[in-house]
Amino acid sequence: MFEVAPFIPFFIAAALGLFLRGWMRAVLFIAVPVVGLANLWLLGTGGAGIEFGHYAILDFNLLLFKADKLSLLFGYLFHIAALISVIYALHVRDTLQQVASMLYAGSALGAVFAGDLLTLFIFWELLALTSVFLVWARRSGRAYVAGLRYFTLHILSGLLLLGGIIFYGQTHGTLEFDQIGLDGNVLDNPASWMIFLAFGIKCAFPFFHNWLTDAYPESTPTGTVFLSAFTTKVAVYALARAYPGTELLVYIGATMACFPIFYAVIENDLRRVLAYSLINQLGFMVVGIGIGTSLAINGAVAHAFNDVIFKGLLFMSMGAVLHVTGKINGSELGGLYKKMPKTTVLCIIGAASISAFPLFSGFVSKSMVMSAAIKNGYDWVWLILLFASAGVFHHAGIKIPYFAFFAHDAKLPAREPPVNMLIAMSIAAALCLIIGVYPQALYSLLPYDISYTPYDVTHVLTQLQLLFFSALAFVWLNLRHLYPPELPSVNLDVEWIYRRLVPDALRGLFNRLFALDNRLRSAAVGGVARLVEGVANHHRADGIMARNWLTGSMVAGVVLLLGIYLVLGWL
Amino acid sequence: MSGEKQDFFDNPNNIRNMLRVFYVICALLFAADFVVHRHTEFRFEGLPGFYPIYGFVGCVILVFAAKWMRTFLMRPEDYYDKRELTDFNSDDSDGIDALSHEDTNTSVNGGHQRV
Repeated sequence: MFEVAPFIPFFIAAALGLFLRGWMRAVLFIAVPVVGLANLWLLGTGGAGIEFGHYAILDFNLLLFKADKLSLLFGYLFHIAALISVIYALHVRDTLQQVASMLYAGSALGAVFAGDLLTLFIFWELLALTSVFLVWARRSGRAYVAGLRYFTLHILSGLLLLGGIIFYGQTHGTLEFDQIGLDGNVLDNPASWMIFLAFGIKCAFPFFHNWLTDAYPESTPTGTVFLSAFTTKVAVYALARAYPGTELLVYIGATMACFPIFYAVIENDLRRVLAYSLINQLGFMVVGIGIGTSLAINGAVAHAFNDVIFKGLLFMSMGAVLHVTGKINGSELGGLYKKMPKTTVLCIIGAASISAFPLFSGFVSKSMVMSAAIKNGYDWVWLILLFASAGVFHHAGIKIPYFAFFAHDAKLPAREPPVNMLIAMSIAAALCLIIGVYPQALYSLLPYDISYTPYDVTHVLTQLQLLFFSALAFVWLNLRHLYPPELPSVNLDVEWIYRRLVPDALRGLFNRLFALDNRLRSAAVGGVARLVEGVANHHRADGIMARNWLTGSMVAGVVLLLGIYLVLGWL
Repeated sequence: MSGEKQDFFDNPNNIRNMLRVFYVICALLFAADFVVHRHTEFRFEGLPGFYPIYGFVGCVILVFAAKWMRTFLMRPEDYYDKRELTDFNSDDSDGIDALSHEDTNTSVNGGHQRV
């Protein structure tokens, strides 16, 4: 059988995309994910433990492609996400963006099928290198500096990964990418901690999450859709592969699910609201991986699958708003449902999915993680996740559609977005509904065989109660004018440390150093000047050194000296 | 769907009726707790009205906490920009918003140079 690693068609298409234009490039870019998906499907049905592409660097045997049910699921997902995003971006006439997005999607596929850590590292860095161009493609000052910060953090993640791999290779003698685990403390086991942190940065762990909320909203309307699909999900895959059942992840995930919703409520840029809500959804996945039972892992990866599609749909609908109105701040939008009814409906489907309404995709996967949390005795974590579920409905489910399409009418000139954008959003919306109504389609692809039925009376009733009363809270707060208005503002987050505190401290330090240096220099220059002045004083006319001496006084001086000699001789 | 025509949501009566339906659904869902027997796994979970109350109170706390966070986290919109974008001239820093979105099919997303 002729075997092609899934990333290769994407890289070839990117190379061809440099030369092709117009409809030829469109056809090629649509064909690649479709053909790639078929290729992967054939590879996947070839049986368990498929691997090919052995190669060797130094003494290490490396493996380009290794697939099991876990990586295959992410592989299918990335092909679907690439297809939707490519269709969404068809109207863009920007070779840089289109080529970068193809390379980016290919890198993500390379990473999930990497059989060893070194191959993973290569694609890990390629992910950073290719995706940063999608941020820079907006070609604004803010995008440029945000892209630089994004790139720096991802390179840092890559370096940590490389460092971890070196330690790991020394202690284990193999680079096979499999379960690593987090045993022992940092000093005993530096390799696994370094790799853990490398994955954590890409997965937007708390304190390392600001690259996401910083760079994603600065990208182009189409670029953000690509970005939201791949990077963080590769990190989720890597964590699920290497650190399942690591208890620390449960608490990290609960934090991730919880804190971003507060920021999302007060954030004005609606795509930044979605970026915070992306971290919140990642939190559910990380909790699932941390619990590590087959139900929890299944829930985590199923939620990753659904999240790519419904979060993509939400980013697409906000991208459409940005594309036609040029505005994305909640304070400037409103009332668009009149002019963009189709986009409104599609956005609401995405909002219902992320809120985990029954019959929408979020419901069938989020409930798996929640059930796993409670079954394994994580009561407090379960309560936090329940709060986060109510909160996500509040900010992503209600706030996004409400402030963009309803609220007060901002009377912006608008119309429906280009038809390719509507088609891409419709595909995503259809997937949200299909998975929500017929979850077995997704469940059959999950890594573990389990029987799980999301639709029973308890689940549906409790979820509806939670959501309707969250909505009731929104209605009540709004009618009472207690809901915080959308304000043009910046909210401080961890990034303040490296965007303000450290630069200010460094600037202050350097200013003081320069001042000190300046004083020393001017003191030295002043000293030299005074010396020259003094010397000159004595040598110019009337100076003591330039005076004429009388012969008589010189003789008197000599006599005086001789006299002193005489006196000394007598003593 | 033109501006002059009265849209569904422009009529306050429609909104009032929608909200009434919504309140009825909420009441029914709350009442269902006393009728339907739910299987429960968590100690508070079995209490009637646990989920509705948790959802409502949770969201109110969320919003009030977020409002309170604004008092010490909120900064003007150009808080970072005025420092970081000193190298860029002013129309660059506005990025997308500065570009017109007149009735052409081109516009906002960055590039768009003909290739």
